[in-house]
Amino acid sequence: MKCQHCEKPATFHITEITGSEEEREVQEVHLCEGCFREYINQPEEPVEPNASLLGALAQQFKIGKTAEKLAKLDAQTCPMCGISFQEFRQIGRLGCPHDYEAFGAELEPLLLNIHGATEHKGKRPKRNASRRQSELLRLRREMQEAIEKEDYERASELRDEIRKIEAET
Amino acid sequence: MGATVKFDDLTERCGEWLRGSGPEADIVMSSRIRLARNLADFPFIRRCTLADRQAIVKNFQQRIFKDGGLQQAGIDKYLVIDVDKLERVDRQFLVERQLISRELAESEGATCVALNETETFSVMVNEEDHLRLQVMHSGLDLHNAWERINRIDDFLESRLSYAFDDRLGYLTACPTNVGTGMRVSVMLHLPALVLTKQLEKVFRALQKISLAVRGLYGEGSQASGHFYQISNQITLGRSEEELIDQVAEVVPMLIEYERKARQFLVKESQKDLHDRVSRAYALLCGAQTISSEETMDLLSSVRMGINLGLIHDLEIPVVNKLFIHTQPAHLQKIRGAALDRADRNIERAVYLRQHLRQDGEGNKN
Ligand SMILES: [Zn+2]
Ligand SMILES: [Zn+2]
Repeated sequence: MKCQHCEKPATFHITEITGSEEEREVQEVHLCEGCFREYINQPEEPVEPNASLLGALAQQFKIGKTAEKLAKLDAQTCPMCGISFQEFRQIGRLGCPHDYEAFGAELEPLLLNIHGATEHKGKRPKRNASRRQSELLRLRREMQEAIEKEDYERASELRDEIRKIEAET
Repeated sequence: MGATVKFDDLTERCGEWLRGSGPEADIVMSSRIRLARNLADFPFIRRCTLADRQAIVKNFQQRIFKDGGLQQAGIDKYLVIDVDKLERVDRQFLVERQLISRELAESEGATCVALNETETFSVMVNEEDHLRLQVMHSGLDLHNAWERINRIDDFLESRLSYAFDDRLGYLTACPTNVGTGMRVSVMLHLPALVLTKQLEKVFRALQKISLAVRGLYGEGSQASGHFYQISNQITLGRSEEELIDQVAEVVPMLIEYERKARQFLVKESQKDLHDRVSRAYALLCGAQTISSEETMDLLSSVRMGINLGLIHDLEIPVVNKLFIHTQPAHLQKIRGAALDRADRNIERAVYLRQHLRQDGEGNKN
């Protein structure tokens, strides 16, 4: 790839995030070393990187959402681990791997904001975890709840189911 | 367990990443790569019950760590430590040593770390993610570090089921780590850029290309000892090699800036610089009580002085080691007793005098 300012090969690939809060523009800039040095020595206009996740989250969710809509989003829960979207927003940590699917629509713009991308590129495990393994997570939680409710019959059913899956994987 | 290493042996030694060798080691202290990984069949740590956390640790102890299991990943001798069962000072010691994070040190209930004899590898269990792997090498050595951690990761992957999504990659508790789950970081010693007040400008430029800057122990812009870690902020949408290259490409430029700033100081204020370095050395050799902050500051000047040929009777690895061994928990471990702040300051001065004089007289080891 060639430098955008001259003909030399580009060695610096910069993701520039510009635009207003409402409409972020992500732009790739490709420069050679010489032009990169010039680029970084430009007088600085204030940029606000979204280094902090909670900052990015707050930003994303105060935009164009009515209180009603927000409350509805917040009430969503993950069927596997039981975390609500509101809990995630408050602590900034997800509850289980399945949340990426459960909260997919809300996470997508957030990922774009943080990483400037929404698709993985790079290493992949040679064997993939089966879907049944995230089921384990849900079954364990349900078993715990059954025990708490003293519904031991249900708890032992669930325990058998868990053991079956564990033995298979 | 594959434990031919004992915890208390660590006190006397120092990590291989401090040996001050490897490319550009006068300015680049170390290169580190971390990978965040999670198991597919457990909730992320924050939603784990204590029983979940215990099950995860037990799983690792039995399936990976026992009977020298890590040898299959190229880790010869290693030690497995239940961090939650350690005293505070021992946890702090591991943090100072860069073997565990502050977060792991502070968390309660079923946490452990496995580390190798040379302290170039560690894996934390039940930190923010189920697994945090780390490889740390001396000097600028990212590609070898990647090759090594990749091999270890391959081995673990053959034994465990990682939470992975075809589109999003490795799934992590925090969306800022998803994708590769990788943090690449290089620790640089930049005293001349600090002295010539050019650091702010450089850091703003780095943020523009989405690289983050932190201090030796993760603190902000006033980093102790003038050590700065540069690392990638983005983890999704770029391959591991691309992320490494992104960090690796700016490092030569930062090295060049630092070298230029040093030359500037030598040329424009040779007397002041020499004075600063000599005073720092003399203070470290003669102080009767000294704080950790002052020690880091003075050691930084001495380290630069050695690199500029202003100090001849001291070697970089000795100074590198002193940065770590004069930290609070290290002093208490070395002394074998709990010390309050005032006592630590005295003990620190004693330790510095012993090690600097000994080395100055040529009894290096
Ligand atoms: Zn160019
Ligand atoms: Zn979940």
